[in-house]
Amino acid sequence: MGGFPILTAMTFLPLIGALLIVLVRAATAGSRAAADDGRQNRAILMASLIISAATFVLSVAAFLSFDPGQMGYQLVEQHAWYGPISYKLGIDGLSMSLILLTTFLTPICLLASWNSIDKRVTEYVVAFLVLETFMIGVFTALDLVLFYIFFEAGLIPMFLIIGIWGGKDRIYASFKFFLYTLIGSLLLLVAAIYMIQVAGSADFEVLEQFAFDPGVQTWLWLAFLASFAVKLPMWPVHTWLPDAHVQAPTAGSVVLAGVLLKMGGYGMLRFSLPMFPDASAYFQPMMFALAVIAIIYTSLVAWRQTDMKKLIAYSSVAHMGFVTLGIFAFNETGIQGAIFQMLSHGLISGALFLIVGVVYDRMHTREIAAYGGLVGRMPIYAGFFMLFTMANVGLPGTSGFVGEILTMIGGFQAATWAAFGAAFGVIFSAVYMLTLYRRTVFGEITNPLLEDIKDMNRIEWVCIAPLAVLTVLFGVAPNLIFAVTNGATGRIIALMAGGQ
Amino acid sequence: MVLQGALSRSWREASKPMLDTQSIIQAMAPELWLAASGLMLVLVGAIVGERFNSLSYKVGALVMFGAAALSAMHLQGGEAFNGLVKTTTFTNFTKVISFTLAGVAIFLSEGFLRRHEISRYEYPLLMVLASLGMGIILSANNLMTLYMGIETLSLSSYVLAAFHRDSARSSEAGLKYFVLGALASGILLYGASLVYGFTGTTSFDGLTLAGESVGAMFGMVLMIVGLAFKISAAPMHVWTPDVYEGAPTPVVAFFASAPKFASLVVFANVMFTLFGSVMDQWQLIVAIIAGLSMIVGSLGGLTQNNIKRLLAYSSIANVGYALVAVAAGQVLGAPALLTFSTIYVISSLGLFAGVLAMRRRGGMVENIQELGGLARRQPVFAIAMTVLVLSVAGLPPFGGFFGKYEVLRAGVEAELVPLAIILVIASVVSLGYYLRLLKVMWFDEPKETFERVDVTVLGTVVACAVIAGVVFMIFIGELGTGGWASYAASGLLP
Repeated sequence: MGGFPILTAMTFLPLIGALLIVLVRAATAGSRAAADDGRQNRAILMASLIISAATFVLSVAAFLSFDPGQMGYQLVEQHAWYGPISYKLGIDGLSMSLILLTTFLTPICLLASWNSIDKRVTEYVVAFLVLETFMIGVFTALDLVLFYIFFEAGLIPMFLIIGIWGGKDRIYASFKFFLYTLIGSLLLLVAAIYMIQVAGSADFEVLEQFAFDPGVQTWLWLAFLASFAVKLPMWPVHTWLPDAHVQAPTAGSVVLAGVLLKMGGYGMLRFSLPMFPDASAYFQPMMFALAVIAIIYTSLVAWRQTDMKKLIAYSSVAHMGFVTLGIFAFNETGIQGAIFQMLSHGLISGALFLIVGVVYDRMHTREIAAYGGLVGRMPIYAGFFMLFTMANVGLPGTSGFVGEILTMIGGFQAATWAAFGAAFGVIFSAVYMLTLYRRTVFGEITNPLLEDIKDMNRIEWVCIAPLAVLTVLFGVAPNLIFAVTNGATGRIIALMAGGQ
Repeated sequence: MVLQGALSRSWREASKPMLDTQSIIQAMAPELWLAASGLMLVLVGAIVGERFNSLSYKVGALVMFGAAALSAMHLQGGEAFNGLVKTTTFTNFTKVISFTLAGVAIFLSEGFLRRHEISRYEYPLLMVLASLGMGIILSANNLMTLYMGIETLSLSSYVLAAFHRDSARSSEAGLKYFVLGALASGILLYGASLVYGFTGTTSFDGLTLAGESVGAMFGMVLMIVGLAFKISAAPMHVWTPDVYEGAPTPVVAFFASAPKFASLVVFANVMFTLFGSVMDQWQLIVAIIAGLSMIVGSLGGLTQNNIKRLLAYSSIANVGYALVAVAAGQVLGAPALLTFSTIYVISSLGLFAGVLAMRRRGGMVENIQELGGLARRQPVFAIAMTVLVLSVAGLPPFGGFFGKYEVLRAGVEAELVPLAIILVIASVVSLGYYLRLLKVMWFDEPKETFERVDVTVLGTVVACAVIAGVVFMIFIGELGTGGWASYAASGLLP
């Protein structure tokens, strides 16, 4: 301990940047009559890009001073705050990998908004930067109440992002998103208070060692599940997700699929398994059943979609089903696979939403039927789209394959029937993704508006290319991730075994 | 005769002389100051007349801040008049906050009243007298002192509610408040007389030692009913939306902050000290009132279009949350109640100051839809209002969350888990209307712009947002349980 508080700096840098932007904007507001002046908007976006890029640099610096071989929490910062609650930050391999995903995706989101957001730009970047602080905070917090604050506070900027910059039914979608997620997280709060009262501390490390009575565990586990199931989202509480995704602006969808959904899986790995091992074991069959239903059912639903974003949103639910399957396999393969799947899905679904955004910005429709024959007009686009379609299907050589296969192997070891059911998801995902790709990219150009559609411009290129590189890189060399998450996985399994 | 008997008995028991200046000042300095200043204000007003109108607000506010300072100076409190009054850190802390908020409320009022041409020196005077009532109920250590304080507060409040006498709505609000308030006072008094009749004493200290009896318990229930009216807890809440809607907005800003806090603390004080020994008997009743208030408050607000009515339902729900802390009992609940209520009343004052700021040619704007696009027109004001709304809604990271957290903690520790669940569900339901406010402010198309906001009003909104939203978030360790709230609540312990 001691030295530079890098986690605090990394967590709050976006927030401070957002405040600076507000202050500068307020100071210069009088000098310009036009509120949405183009040049000023570019300057604000550029400032936010620099801030989020600096945050990424800080997270890389944190990664460099992080020792993957060590099992416990590292770079811990702790200050007394409020009764049994302390301001405690720290990371392990699990949180480190998700933090890197967050700080990596945020600049891409802001860059992707360069041309698509032209109203109320100041508020937009402020909401995004504030959201980034809360997202990083969720993964760095080592105190239950601190975690909860970050977890729930993130709803506010996301609510605004969907509600202000979203599509036609944005307000309905933002309310649904907010209320669904909130009711889950408030139940978590009641459980958290109970835990703090019984264990006398809100510290993760204390709570992990504390053996809760098995009967009590069941209730606590269910309260935590209420929150994480909505967030992940699991069937049947997933219905907010397609609405939120369809209405959110492109960058909002990217961050929602890329990071916010991961909080559910993160929560299960951080709380449900290590802190309530008995209850987790008790509910294992139920979780497997829900995961398999999610995988098969939402894959079928995705197949029937006519809206590109909705299709990818349902595909997200199905892919998060693999995460649940892997987590509740309780073995190293499964958990490693689940973490890998979360990261991989963050990259792939983020990229797919960007890809939909590219044609949406040009055509202002997401109807699959409105497209066709894009390959002739947009070859680069078709290439990227192909790559991510294949990654989403789980083609070997892409990161999507590694996550799916590991979670299924892990699931197979725990319950054959679950892995058997989940395998259908792989087939269905190939069906709906290839159908989507065929109908939009191949064939004749039926829509005359597509005749002179432009291929991806430089900004879109720069957004998507890094995701493509990582998708392939992690597909070929998955050990890059396992090296980081090994310690955390081992620790979770050890804690589970210790509790049983 | 009864009164005489009760009083003479305590005189006989007394060892100290009736007028011990030292202990009277120690226990009641702010009330003495308020009473003296109030009389002075009457005198000056009567002599100087109209010309005093404008100055009287400043004087009134200064009187309130003086009272707050006096309460802070004598924070430890004491006992005087042979135990008729007794103050502790618990009540004095409440006085500091309540008097300060009352002072701010007086400041806020002047512009509004001048614009409606009802600016008179009686207004700050009535606020001072109402605050005197607040001080007395907080100091009460005897059923009769309590009743006197309640009536002082209530009578001033009735007049304040009807202060805009040319407005039908305001007069109606005053009348409604008066009729229902008088009924509630009657019930309270009836309950108090039963309690006295069955225990033979009116002093809180004596009642604490008195054993259970069916009659006294019956009296207790009636007293709870009467007090529930004063804090607008369900099912005695029906007056609240009408009075909030009808009464002049600065008056509502006052009602929703200072007396609300004082009454809540008095409710708790009565339950904790007066009936502390029979907690088994009242815990369920208070829990039911709390649950009902939360349900009524969160559901009732959903259909409101008038922002004042909406905030009235919000306050009913918030009283319900506060009562969860009361139901948790003194040890667990008292610090939680103080933390929660302090944050809530500061936010509440800020919100009503915000309502006060919304003005167009043609008068006040109270329809929620009229807030449309506020974020584009007046970003600072909109951000401050957003922080306040989210704070009242109890969302992290703002101060209101910690208030709610405290209440939940007290409820869970007292094993009132069903109540905690109701609290959670009510919070989510009530977010339906809080989010609607935010939605109108941030998402809707801008409406016609508002008139320029008074600096005092905007300053109050921003200051309340900063204190309730941000200061409480950062310094909650020093302020909440474990900090001053625990210190203040420790005054209650025997």
